[in-house]
Amino acid sequence: MGKPIQFEQLQEELYHEKMDNGLNVYVLPKKGFNKTYATFTTKYGSIDNEFVPLGQEEMKKVPDGIAHFLEHKLFEKEDGDVFQQFGKQGASSNAFTSFTRTAYLFSSTSDAEKNLETLIDFVQEPYFTEKSVEKEKGIIGQEINMYDDNPDWRLYFGLIENMYEKHPVKIDIAGTVESISHITKDLLYECYHTFYHPSNMLLFVTGPVDPERVLKQVRENQKKKTFEEPQTIKRPELSEKAEVDKKDEKLPMNVQSSKCLVGIKAKETGLSGEELLKKELTANLVLDVLFGKSSSHFQTMYSNGLIDDTFSYDYTEEETFGFAMIGGDTDQPEELAKQTKEILFKAREEGVDQERLNTAIKKRIGAFLRSVNSPEYIANQFTRYAFNDMNLFDVVPVLEQITKQDADALLQQFADEKQMTVFTVVPKKEDK
Amino acid sequence: MSFFQEKQTKLNGITVHTVKTDKYKTNTLVLKMMAPLKKENVTKRAILPFILQRATERFRTTGELRNHLDELYGASLFADLSKKGENQIITFRMEVANEKFLSEKTPLLEEAISLLSDILLRPLLKGSAFDDGIVKEEIRTLKQRIQAAYDDKMRYSNLRLVQEMCKNEPYALHVNGEKDQADDLTAENVYEYYQQVLKEDKLDLYLIGDFKEAAAGEMVKKYFDFSANTHAYPETEQASKQHVEEKEVIEEEDVKQGKLNIGYRTNCLYNDDSYFALQVFNGIFGGFSHSKLFINVREKASLAYYAASRVESHKGLLMVMSGIEVGNYDQAVSIIKEQMAAMKNGDFTDDDLNQTKGVIRNQLLETIDTSYGLSEILYQNVAANSERTFDELLDGISHVTKEEVVESASKIELDTIYFLKGKGAQNNG
Repeated sequence: MGKPIQFEQLQEELYHEKMDNGLNVYVLPKKGFNKTYATFTTKYGSIDNEFVPLGQEEMKKVPDGIAHFLEHKLFEKEDGDVFQQFGKQGASSNAFTSFTRTAYLFSSTSDAEKNLETLIDFVQEPYFTEKSVEKEKGIIGQEINMYDDNPDWRLYFGLIENMYEKHPVKIDIAGTVESISHITKDLLYECYHTFYHPSNMLLFVTGPVDPERVLKQVRENQKKKTFEEPQTIKRPELSEKAEVDKKDEKLPMNVQSSKCLVGIKAKETGLSGEELLKKELTANLVLDVLFGKSSSHFQTMYSNGLIDDTFSYDYTEEETFGFAMIGGDTDQPEELAKQTKEILFKAREEGVDQERLNTAIKKRIGAFLRSVNSPEYIANQFTRYAFNDMNLFDVVPVLEQITKQDADALLQQFADEKQMTVFTVVPKKEDK
Repeated sequence: MSFFQEKQTKLNGITVHTVKTDKYKTNTLVLKMMAPLKKENVTKRAILPFILQRATERFRTTGELRNHLDELYGASLFADLSKKGENQIITFRMEVANEKFLSEKTPLLEEAISLLSDILLRPLLKGSAFDDGIVKEEIRTLKQRIQAAYDDKMRYSNLRLVQEMCKNEPYALHVNGEKDQADDLTAENVYEYYQQVLKEDKLDLYLIGDFKEAAAGEMVKKYFDFSANTHAYPETEQASKQHVEEKEVIEEEDVKQGKLNIGYRTNCLYNDDSYFALQVFNGIFGGFSHSKLFINVREKASLAYYAASRVESHKGLLMVMSGIEVGNYDQAVSIIKEQMAAMKNGDFTDDDLNQTKGVIRNQLLETIDTSYGLSEILYQNVAANSERTFDELLDGISHVTKEEVVESASKIELDTIYFLKGKGAQNNG
């Protein structure tokens, strides 16, 4: 075991080891905490619906929603459900699928070692049968229906669909009732073997643990198993035009008030490492300066009744896609969209205010300290960052380097009508 | 071994609770204000925290106030409302970086205490009323907040169940107030109510983090310098338990998925001895993914993505919730009823019992890993007027026997079945 990476200002130490089979393991001891929290994540998400299966030559398209379906099915074993196993060991377990990742996790306040063994083993021992695959279609069908009725989810995906023409990020993570009907056990195994190779995965453990013992345990666990030689996963080139696909869409739903989001599609993607980290942070700072609660724009829009306390904004970027979202509940969606765009255009001309940028940086540093109180946040974000060759613990030093020039340059890319789109959920008129 | 130490002091009518711990990178302040849920006050009370956090004597616009928070390394400030039994509780929560992790040594904790006291005691006034413009804006936001509950069908069906089940009880009131009362709010009448709040509310302030307790105490004393209130509490207006008669309410909305919510009376409150057994009951019945509801409704019958239950500790309710196909209503209801009957018959194993106790213990220990969770657990005592320590809580759970679980099950009565029936999927997509 090597020396830990020290984060002196934060008073944290991070231990890292790459196992012989390529698995990256990180341990962050958290003294004083009761909870041990571990995530075991594969770099495989809903956007990976086309790839060359392990040991084959040809690109293959799989049904939408299969990564998420696989996440559900991995919990089922020949002798029952892993949920139950964790429960018996006093732990709670869960999993989630995003555009780019599938994560399995447990948290417990006792028997951390046993639970860690269960976590690693269940993810590395798939067991799918036709019968259980069929049964799962009913459950996931209900999950899909639940999200279909959720206006905020429809708003979020509606906006992404507006932005992208071909990129699979526009496909709902769970797929559709129709698409999942084509999932079979063989397809699940094919996806599993391609993406769940240890070299495509990351294990993060945090809590009141002894890092040396954790690493030893994982080493011994992995030695007992055999895996094929790691291979680079072949994915298609995700070509996508720079500008948004659709400018403006409305979806009538059973809601009382409208919900409106303005989206900005990232013009150039393909970044990784510190460059990506800096861009993502800069974009969020710019949004904070322009739309944060202390901004004059927020105050004016609030006073004019254009927005309420659901108004928010966020920027996120991954290797092949990136977007900003700004908006919330409103009675005047057109006016909100118009003013939001104008604020961006004006900022592009005038640049950001230096003093407000400095305050936004300070605010973000405080927010970072708040979030590292949370083991969940550390594990999930660290993994996301690592899959993009970024380091979570670089956030503060990178924030401190961001200048007005960076912010203004970003606005030049951002505040471009061609990159912007609007999606609105509107109350349905009585259909009698 | 104790997990933490809570120290309590009385100060000008506020109870100050401090927990010193070096677990966090931040210090947390939580101010809780409790008063009985009353129809005539519910909406005034719902708007009050949102008016208070808009501006103060010192920070006369919301922009200035929010900018000050940003300058304090992004100190966070949130207001929200909740119900505990027949009480309506306002919570202000602030979290501020501990300066020991910053290169610049600003006295952030003192600034935070000072700001929180300003918000409570020194709001922006125009004459002897709140600022009229702010009140008008907050009325609009309040109405939207009330409306938003109708847009999330999961929340909506739960709300409807409570309204149907607790008709004629204060608990039926919505925590965010009533929309038809919102237009009657004025800068004057809310201010008048605010003065009553300062005199009568039960006030509790939690300070959690790594700070010098004596110094923090002095700061609270210095900034919360108002005359002692005479809070009318505890009023112990006990939930009147009427004769329970099973009823079924079915409503139709344009949704794909039907929402099934079932309410039971537990006849057990937080400070009852049988509370521990009720918690274990709920864990075996529907609280977790190893519970009967999850296994039988979701895993075996494949009817739902979620099927769970939770306990309203201070009101004595047990609520079941699930999302199902409309056509599966009868089947889902009968499976849920069967699981309740099984619980009453003691149809569960020692393994189920022990596993559930383990998971509840886990959950409690995890809750106190966050400063907010810790303050919520500590506040349970205040809300229930009890003095149960955290160790007693853990201990209580661990000693529950199978007989006690069956005993607590026997007291549970089905009150209302609420079904929000979807119109089906034909008009969607």
